[in-house]
Amino acid sequence: MNLFDFIAGHYDYWFIIILLAIGLYGMTVKKNLVKKLIGMTIFQAAVILFYISSAIKADATVPIIMENLSVDNPANYINPLPHALMLTAIVVGVATVGVAFALLILIYKNYKTLDENELLELMK
Amino acid sequence: MIEKNLPAIIPLLFLFASLIIPLIGVWKKNFAYPIAALTALASALLSLYGFVFVILTGPINYYFGGWIPPLGIEYVYDYLSSFVVLVINFVALFVIAYSFQPVEKELPRKQTAYYSVVMLLLTGFNGMIITGDLFNLYVFIEISSLASYALIGVGDKKAPFAAFKYLIIGTIGASFYLLGIGYIYFMSGTLNMNDLYNILPLMSDSPTIIVALILIVVGLGIKMAIFPMHGWLPDSYTHAPSSSSALIAPIGTKVGAYAMIRLLFFVFGLEFFSQELAVSDLIAIFSSAGIIFGSVLAIAQKEMKRMLAYSSVAQIGYIGLGIGLANPFGFIGAVLHLLNHALMKATLFMVAGSIIMKEGHSDIFKFDDTYRKKYPRTMAAFTVAALSMVGLPPLAGFFSKWYLALGTIENSSWLFLAVILISSLLNAVYFFRILEKVYMKSPDELTTKEKVKRNEIQFSMLMPIVVLAIGLIVLGILNFIIVEHIYKMMPEGML
Repeated sequence: MNLFDFIAGHYDYWFIIILLAIGLYGMTVKKNLVKKLIGMTIFQAAVILFYISSAIKADATVPIIMENLSVDNPANYINPLPHALMLTAIVVGVATVGVAFALLILIYKNYKTLDENELLELMK
Repeated sequence: MIEKNLPAIIPLLFLFASLIIPLIGVWKKNFAYPIAALTALASALLSLYGFVFVILTGPINYYFGGWIPPLGIEYVYDYLSSFVVLVINFVALFVIAYSFQPVEKELPRKQTAYYSVVMLLLTGFNGMIITGDLFNLYVFIEISSLASYALIGVGDKKAPFAAFKYLIIGTIGASFYLLGIGYIYFMSGTLNMNDLYNILPLMSDSPTIIVALILIVVGLGIKMAIFPMHGWLPDSYTHAPSSSSALIAPIGTKVGAYAMIRLLFFVFGLEFFSQELAVSDLIAIFSSAGIIFGSVLAIAQKEMKRMLAYSSVAQIGYIGLGIGLANPFGFIGAVLHLLNHALMKATLFMVAGSIIMKEGHSDIFKFDDTYRKKYPRTMAAFTVAALSMVGLPPLAGFFSKWYLALGTIENSSWLFLAVILISSLLNAVYFFRILEKVYMKSPDELTTKEKVKRNEIQFSMLMPIVVLAIGLIVLGILNFIIVEHIYKMMPEGML
């Protein structure tokens, strides 16, 4: 496999790596807490996409039994388990974002700002 | 019948209680505490029963919905998990018994929500310990983390920011863990821990599995607060309400440590993480750096809860060091310290909470000799727990350090032995600061000549503190029984 095939053949994984990097960047470098939270959701979405894209098989269809397609050959159907796992992970992500926004509202009520530097200044 | 279903009953009991408390709380607000306390009592008794049952007849495996693993989700109640469930549930029972008055004072009119979230937290912790499925473990990690963000966030004015920081860092950790198990799943096609233990040695030279191991160690290391990833811990424990920090500090990081032990020893296997890859050495080095770092920063703190939080960073390092040594003595030390530190930290945080409640502060420089007159029993319990932290025989804390030291000698890693000895001295420094202020003044130079009235904390708060402090002495004396039992918990082929 030459380098071009390696890069082009894994293009979805490169996309996921870029998303992971953007998410980490947002969480660590951005000073606004809402932007940190956005970074966190991007990070989680990247992990979810990683699972989903790994379940795909070439020339396979959705995992529902079809009359003209044999059930014996698993190569005919894509793997349904990652999708089931990621449904749970999405629910977890939604709950996390909910708790995070509740905390952000509390922080804003207490300090009237969501900028990390200003918050650290006010907390001294 | 009940013992067959025990692994599922304990987490589901807590989940049921966390749902029923808000429903009944709408109608009668005062019912929240009794329901929570009764649930904690019931699960503590159930886990005691399960523990004895496992000792007598062997591990229990529960298959959810009757689906046989590796297809179905399995709950495992073996020697190790039954022991940790017992520890967690008993400490939680004592802390919940203690928390009635602190919660009433610090969180008025929020009891219903508070106890509901506490039950959710314990659902997560118990599930993390009992589950035998990697993805199920992720879900329980997130349940317990979400509950702990909420419990920390209701603290003082700075608490929401501390909880938000913890949320961001904790989510990074959980996502790393999720990525790691994704790698493992796509390589092996299974998520069941026992199944993986047999499959992974066949592919241990694959770079995918190595990356998965590193991602999982980092992810769980954040939950466990091993040294460079401990940043969320001090602020969270300091600003949380004292009842929350007394609940989360002793058991939260311990469950993370347990998950680390479970995954390294019972999924990846001893040989893989200690010999083929030097991950165990890295864990040991970072842990011992954490021991020194945490102890030194604990000395620098002025506030008692913050001091205890930094001391937690140091103490979790002992467990990490035991894991990293990867020999039988290290394993015994890690598991024994998991038990001892849960009890010691619960006692210490409850004492700190009581002092905050009575005096309105926990500034160490304001402690004086009147405290020994005002709170004789609380201070006695504090002294026992502090001496146990320092590691004075025959208190429990001595024995876990003893086995860790034996482990370092067996590996001939003298640097780690030095770290254990030095950190005991550092522990002594930051605890004797308080003990000296409270006890070490001769009668003729007492600050207050006039009689100080005895002002002991209420019985409901004092009882759990005293019982846990006595427990530290009893566990110290009876530690050989526990150690004999820990030998059974080790993975095959470790001895």
